[in-house]
Parts: sequence; structure tokens; C-alpha cells
Amino acid sequence: MYVAVKGGERAIDNAHAWLAEERRGDVAVPELSVAQIREQLALAVNRVMAEGSLYDPDLAALAIKQARGDLIEAIFLIRAYRTTLPRFGGSNPIETEDMTCDRRVSATFKDAPGGQILGPTFDYTHRLIDFKLAADGDVGTAPASTPSPIATPHIMSFLDREDLIQKEPAGADIPDDLTRTPLELPANRALRLQSLARGDEGFLLGLAYSTQRGYARNHAFVAELRIGAVAVEMDIPELGFAIEVGEITVTECETVNQFQGSKSQPPQFTRGYGLVFGMTERKAISMALVDRALRWKELGEDNVGAPAQDEEFVLYHSDNIQATGFLEHIKLPHYVDFQSELELIRKLRSEAQENINREVSE
Amino acid sequence: MSDYNFAYLDEQTKRMIRRAILKGLAIPGYQVPFASREMPMPYGWGTGGVQVSAAVLTPDDTFKVIDQGADDTTNAVSIRRFFQKTAGVAITEATSKASVIQTRHRIPEENLRADQILVYQVPIPEPLRFLEPSEVETRKMHALEEYGLMHVKLYEDISQHGDIATAYAYPVKVEGRYVMDPSPIPKFDNPKLEMAGIQLFGAGREQRIYAIPPYTQVVSLDFDDYPFQPTKADHACDLCAAEDSYLDELIVDDEGGRMFMCSDTDYCANRRKQGHVGAQGVPYAEDQA
Amino acid sequence: MQSHVFEGGFSDLPVEASHAFRAVMTTMARPGEIASVSGARPPAPMSVAAGVVLLTLCDSETPIYLAPSHDMPQVRDWITFHTGAPFTSAQRAAFALGVWNDLPISDFPVGTAEYPDRSTTVIVERQTLSNTGAVLNGPGIKDHAQLSLPETETFQTNTELFPLGLDFIFTCNDRLAALPRTTRVR
Repeated sequence: MYVAVKGGERAIDNAHAWLAEERRGDVAVPELSVAQIREQLALAVNRVMAEGSLYDPDLAALAIKQARGDLIEAIFLIRAYRTTLPRFGGSNPIETEDMTCDRRVSATFKDAPGGQILGPTFDYTHRLIDFKLAADGDVGTAPASTPSPIATPHIMSFLDREDLIQKEPAGADIPDDLTRTPLELPANRALRLQSLARGDEGFLLGLAYSTQRGYARNHAFVAELRIGAVAVEMDIPELGFAIEVGEITVTECETVNQFQGSKSQPPQFTRGYGLVFGMTERKAISMALVDRALRWKELGEDNVGAPAQDEEFVLYHSDNIQATGFLEHIKLPHYVDFQSELELIRKLRSEAQENINREVSE
Repeated sequence: MSDYNFAYLDEQTKRMIRRAILKGLAIPGYQVPFASREMPMPYGWGTGGVQVSAAVLTPDDTFKVIDQGADDTTNAVSIRRFFQKTAGVAITEATSKASVIQTRHRIPEENLRADQILVYQVPIPEPLRFLEPSEVETRKMHALEEYGLMHVKLYEDISQHGDIATAYAYPVKVEGRYVMDPSPIPKFDNPKLEMAGIQLFGAGREQRIYAIPPYTQVVSLDFDDYPFQPTKADHACDLCAAEDSYLDELIVDDEGGRMFMCSDTDYCANRRKQGHVGAQGVPYAEDQA
Repeated sequence: MQSHVFEGGFSDLPVEASHAFRAVMTTMARPGEIASVSGARPPAPMSVAAGVVLLTLCDSETPIYLAPSHDMPQVRDWITFHTGAPFTSAQRAAFALGVWNDLPISDFPVGTAEYPDRSTTVIVERQTLSNTGAVLNGPGIKDHAQLSLPETETFQTNTELFPLGLDFIFTCNDRLAALPRTTRVR
């Protein structure tokens, strides 16, 4: 005799209770505070803000805590929260030229106004595990200087002055919002950049790397990589002018790429662009390379069929929340469709076997 | 109830989804793009169906959720709880008592009435997607009513396997115009797509909504010499003895012994209440304590 | 703006809109079926039902065309205050509102081959609305239905455009019915 299995409700409740316990871990170990995550796991917080498309370090830190350090899960929490927020309006474009740079490097000019600022980078650390960190310890204070009050001009502006770099056509005043209108292809560059800015870091890294290895190769020089705080301003119609509503840290990467020319136009460099919330330079550089690869049509290049050139491929697969949801859904029950396949394959096999038997007997 | 807006979504989002549903009903089988929101559950787990249900539900509704035909599967439980919490709607496991039914992979065995709405969760709404990965291309094919690729695929199945090798998500043509993916229901369910109730399909990740109004012509694609055949396991339900319902196959012992039971748990329970007992079943009352 | 402009909207938006949408959806799914709605008190000459439809479906994303019969300050102000929808020409209308003879039917967008959904939903204000007159069949209709249409020829032409075409909602006092592009009219 068989009694049908039930208990979905109880299973879920128990699973959630267990999850909460596991999240906390050994209670003999002090609990992490949100402030500790925000301050000491800042790059994880930055990634969650960038791919969650919501600039709120405390909330991102909380999401990381709730997600047990699974950053994609934390991004998911932020995205789902973000959708429910009312929208008061749009900010004016940020002026990265006015950025207070914590870091600013150019690979194309040894020096330029504003100088090279190495900043707090892993770049030249030797990747040796620092066992001192295993124990509690004070850190020394880093030498400090006052930030320059003068705006740091973009390296690109010097190339622009000489007409050496391709001009960017002005886009629509207010770009479409990827999160409010369904993606339609071909997408304009504003939409592509939005999609890349919130796309999965690992996916964009892989695509960008593939362009370096020859899949739509387009050698990129990092004209400039800058990281720092910028003011966010918003027009207030009642006041008739813009007011500063906050300050955010962003990473901006501008690449100079191989040039194009034609009979009517002398050769010019072309550009790729990356802009990401927080200190996220791997992502910003990847974004600039993929942006550049996606521009083959407008720049009159050949489509060599590389993944990074395929707008539909890139845009439909860069979102890790979409990807992880669909990927993981295959662990949901599929008894019904699998059963229909089982029946089909049994039928096909028995028919095939009959044919074989008949041929043998003939 | 909770701090959320009724049925979770904000009103602007609901209006956008409602407009898409109306256009879907006006153009049966055509996939209407909609600006799917990021829901508090994963893409691929019913976000499209959930958004459609949220746009359709009223506080007076009685809501049922099934996954694989069953009310007690974990994802069905999770979605049902979501709407209990955010919409405060009454819930039921009885197909006949539900005014809105959200489903994944099945159409209930019981015929739906004119006052019932069936909301499908759809993973990949584009029936041509596995033949042509590009959305730009498939959109053109629908525009030109160019479905040769699909017929070629079905024909190749026949030449290779002697049969159409599609068992679920079996493509249909709606009202003689659009080829449509009925979601991954077994082809056994395809004939039920012509029904009295309203059918709405939501694909959240792929940002598409489509619909079949009542009594709309829905034809499963086939060939004259290989007509469409809805199939199921050649057994009766071991619990309720039903011979007309779609069956789940269970492995019951280490030797690989099998038993079959209705995938539609409400249908099975009702039959057992009426006194039907299958080969391995027990009378209804005995396991309800 | 007169003060009554601020009145006549839904008092409980999520709930009233949900009931109203179900009525609109049911009638669009079952051409010929007539439903009653409530909750809006728009200024004359708008009917309650037309007000309900606009409150339920329109906002800043849906440009509205007003036919001369309805293009007047009190109607504009009411729609603007309660929905935020912009007004536009017939050629760009997502929704249109007016009496039959004032609606420039051939000017409304009927969608494109790739996006047939990008077509106008036309709200036609009627003096009467009953299950008499034109005989309907097609999706949503079991055998046939009847609906008091203003004429038949325009709707027959519209059906021939399928999958392109216009979709109609007929409103009369607090009642409404719908006629999607799929319905064959005779």
C-alpha cells in the first residue's frame, strides 16, 4: 500500500530555520556587524552595489550578511528591494572630470595634468598571504595629502583636441531605462552601457579577455582609469536649479583603441567606455573592452562572429540574476516533462527494436 | 496583510502588465513584450506567472497554485504563500473552487469553467528559440508567418525516429496565425488548450506575456500521415484507478519497481473521496489523519 | 483648475483597479460580454465606464487622443490629474476616447508586423449598449454573440488587418464591452 508523499510546507519552514542557524555559524564566534562588512569587505560591497544597481553601502553590506557571503545572492536581494522603491526623478549626468580622484592612472601618457595617482591598489602587492592579518592588529596610518581642488581633465580631452579620437555623437537627452522598458534589439549604446554596468563581472571579464586573445581583437590602451567620489545633482523644478543630493564613488575607464579611417576621413582612434559604481576596476576595464567590441557596426568594422561582438548574445546573457535563476531552476521538479520524455523514448526504442528484429528475421 | 501594496507590485507596474495582457488577448498567441520587474524570487521560478497573477488577482479571488499538477510541491507552496502574504487572497487546493490558478507544467484534469483563469509560468516563450537562438530572427519569422523551420524540425524527427520526438512544450498554432509554445506541459495536455477559461502566459526573465482567449482554435502542429497524438503512461493510477489522467512514475524499491499516480493531486484525491481505489491505494479516509 | 478635478478618482486604487481590470480583461477575452464597473466619477461627457478604463490602464506611459467630442478642459484636467497621461495626436495614441463619429479611425496606429501590439485601444462612448444587432464570432466566443455596434464595415476592415488592427472598448454609463481585432462581425 502506498501513501502519497506530502509535506512541502513543513519542508520549507524547516529549511529556512536551518538556513538561519547556518548563517549565524558557531555562536561562540562573535557575530559580524553590518558596519564591519561595509568597512572591511568594501570591495564585495562595491560589487553588490554595482550589479545590484543601487548605491547604498549599508544595505549592500546587510545583503552580504544575509546571503552568507554569496555575492550573487546579495545582488539578488538588492535588485528585488530596488524594484519596490518609488522614483522621485532622474539625476543630472555626473561630471567625472570633477572627481576627487583616489586613483588615476593612464597607460598612454607618462604624465598629464592631474598626475598619476596610484591609490589604494593591489597592483604591486606581492600575493603572499599575510599571516599577521590572522591575528588582530593595528595598521599604521598611510601618508596623506590634501586633494587637489582643481578639476582633473580627462586624458581623452587631449586626444580630442588634436582630433585624434573619434567624436561621440550626442545621444538622446534622457536614455531609456533598461529596468523599465523591455529590451528591444538592436539596442542603442546607452542601453548597452546600462546593461554592461550591471552585468556580471565574471561574464564581462571572460568576454573582454576573449577580445584580447583574438576573438574580435581590438587592442585597447587604458587611456585613463580613475576612481573617486563625484557629486550627484538633481534639478529641482520648484527651485529652478540643481542641488547636490549626495556623493558616490565610481570607477571610470576609457580605452583608446585601434583606429579607423576612410577615403573621406583620416584615421582616428576609437574608444571604449566603462563606468561602474564603487571601486570596481576589473569590471570597469572589462566593460570598456566589451563596449568597444560591440561597436563594430557603427565604426564600420567586420563582424567576425566573435561572442563579444554579438549584441544579442552579450546583453541577453550578462545579467547574473537572470542567469542564475534560470540555471538553478532546473533543480525544481520536472517530473511531468521528464515523464513525457520517458514515455517517448520507451516508445521510440521499442519501435526501433521491432524494426531490428524484423530485419533479422527476414 | 503586510506593508506591501496589494499583490506586491506597484500600481504603475500593474497597469503596464495589464495593458500587455489585453493586447495578448487581442492577438492570441503573439508574445507581447513587457518590462518584467525583478521579483523577490528567482527568474525561472515563476516570476512571469507571479507578475501576471499579481496583475489579475482581486481581493475576492480564490487562488490555487500547482507545480507538476500538485499543490504541495515546494515552489507551489512558496508562490501560494507569497500571495497569501501580499494579497490576502483565499487559497484552495480544489480546482473547482479556484477562480485563478497559477500553474507550472500542467493543465488541471478537470475542465475549467468560463469564470476561471489559468496563469502559466513560462521559461522560454519562443517556440522557435531552440531552432534559431536570435530574437531578432525569430521576431522576423513570426512577422512573416515563416514557420518552415519548425516543420523541417518535426519532419527530421520523423525521418530519424519514425515519430515526432517532442513530448512536452509541443508547439501549437493559435487561431491559424501564431505558432506558440504552450509552456512545458506534456503534449497530453495540448487538447485542453481549447477551453472555456481564460489562459494567460507569463515569462518573466524573457519579458513576454501571451494569451489564449476562451474557445480559441489551438492546433498542435503535425502532418497528415503523422497526426498529433496526446500520450500518457499506459497504466491506471495506482491510487485512484483513473485511466484518463496524466501520471507520475515513482520508483518504489531498490529493484527499480514502479508505480504510477495522478500528477494532478486534487483530481486524484477527489476520485478517492468518491470511493475509487487503485491497485496500490488505500481507501481515502485512512491516510487523512 | 476647478476643485472637482481632484475628485472622482478611485478611493482605494489597488482594489478598485483590480476589479475594474478584471471587468475589462473579461470583456476583451469574451467579445460581446457586457460588464458593469464602478469607482470613477469623471466630468461630463465622460461615462463612468470610460473613466474607470482610463484610471485602470493609463498613466504617463500612455499617450491619449481625445476626439472633439471629449477634447475639453474639464476632461483634460481630470485625466491629467488622475492619470498623468499626456495628450497626443491620433497617429501616436496608445488610447483614444470619443464618440464614434468623432474618432478618426484610419489615423490610429494598427501596430507593425513585428510588434502588432503597438496599436491604439479605442474607447468608444455609446448612448446604448446591448446584446443586439451585429453578430460576432471568433476567439473568446463559444458559438456567436451579439453586440450593438455603431456600424459593421469598419470592424470588418479592421479584422482583415489581423494580426495588426485596433482594439475597441465600448462604454455606456457604468457598463462596458470590448471588440478585439480578432472578432468577425456581420
